[in-house]
Amino acid sequence: MKTHFTINGQAASLDLDPRTTLLDALRERLDLKGSKKGCDHGQCGACTVLVNGQRINACLSLAVTHEGDEITTIEGLAQGEALHPVQAAFLEHDAFQCGYCTPGQICSTIGMLKEAADGWASLATDDLTADTVLTDEEIRERMSGNLCRCSAYPQILAAIRSAGGLA
Amino acid sequence: MKPFTYERPADVAEALAMAAAVPGSRFLAGGTNLVDLMKLQIEQPTHLVDVSRLPLAEIAETAEGGLRLGATTTNSQVAADMKVRARYPALAQAILSGASGQLRNKATTAGNLLQRTRCAYFYDTTKPCNKRQPGAGCAAIGGIYANTAIFGSSEACIATHPSDMAVAMSALDAQVEIAGPNGQERAISLEALHRLPGETPHIETSLQPGEMITAVVLPPPPPGGQIYRKARERASYAFAIGSVAVAGGKVALGAVAHKPWRARAAEQALADGANPAEAMAAELSSAKPDGHNDFKLKLMARLGAACLTTTGAGDGQ
Repeated sequence: MKTHFTINGQAASLDLDPRTTLLDALRERLDLKGSKKGCDHGQCGACTVLVNGQRINACLSLAVTHEGDEITTIEGLAQGEALHPVQAAFLEHDAFQCGYCTPGQICSTIGMLKEAADGWASLATDDLTADTVLTDEEIRERMSGNLCRCSAYPQILAAIRSAGGLA
Repeated sequence: MKPFTYERPADVAEALAMAAAVPGSRFLAGGTNLVDLMKLQIEQPTHLVDVSRLPLAEIAETAEGGLRLGATTTNSQVAADMKVRARYPALAQAILSGASGQLRNKATTAGNLLQRTRCAYFYDTTKPCNKRQPGAGCAAIGGIYANTAIFGSSEACIATHPSDMAVAMSALDAQVEIAGPNGQERAISLEALHRLPGETPHIETSLQPGEMITAVVLPPPPPGGQIYRKARERASYAFAIGSVAVAGGKVALGAVAHKPWRARAAEQALADGANPAEAMAAELSSAKPDGHNDFKLKLMARLGAACLTTTGAGDGQ
């Protein structure tokens, strides 16, 4: 089934078996292997990409449903040699060990920071109608869909705090 | 995944017609549960009708002073909506306590309601399950698994409905609007949507073949406090092992039955002047734990009493 989308600013057109997930289309058809297949069931977050600016699990989304969508993966974040501020913050704060979850962590962070900027609440928000303040507890709650088996969580938290202008 | 065909309708009428035309069709919205189960071949639709782009993503005021949540509003969208946050805080809290940020960005209002009622053995295709294969037997009964029902279970199934959102909607007396393949429309209470397992645990809702949920309607918020609290085995991103929604004098419990469990006995006790602990004791007097899940009696008694105390529901409202 012919499907058209924009991947990292470039138009792409694929003839897809409807069974193909967005993650498999990115990795196997477009050779964008930054997005990782960890659990393949929406439990680990390693496949997180941005679709029209929102973070989703690419492993649980059929590629044919993304006709016309703008998709951003880890490969599309840097401007030439200049890293995206969230990428730079992860480097600065040593926010990974093996690196497998990192592309998902970074894409998820970008989506999460936009959600917070848009005033979305989380379960860590005491007053649901107050302005959003990204405390450490808020960041942890909002990032709970991204697992790090090396447990670099303190450094990931520091990187996100820094990238979000919170430290 | 088994092979299937795929179509994307432009409106509800076209979606219903497309689904009616192919036996074994399923509606696909966010896909966070359906696609997952298709990978395991637990769900094997022959045809997917992608309803995710139907014009059903509005949150609108109703003439009665409530809100109509379109079927394809996302969980994130509903939880972020200031009308929901201000007037239905229990619903916002319930949604935000479910899944992860990524999943809530895809999962929809109707899809959340229609996710499969399930337990760990439902996912284990090497074990018998009356949901996957009617008549096969139930590996959970007598199995080693604690997150099972204490209300309304049967000899065929002891699974629980995993939604947080639906528990809050039950306490809020939500209505579900449904469109059928011949153009008929009907509305039922959320309480009437999900079924207890009985002898047919594979039939989880009262939707008829080809019917589609188009909206959930919240009546005006009841007087009194609201809360949703969830107990789970880790701090975030896990299913409930027990949850409580309170809205005024209405109480619903999660992770204790095959459906969101409306705690009518507790509500009656409160109306009769019982205090929170007495009200929960009245509800739990009919619970039937199975050994592995005995802890839910104490958990729900305490969690429920805490919620009723916090909202002041036992204060003679």
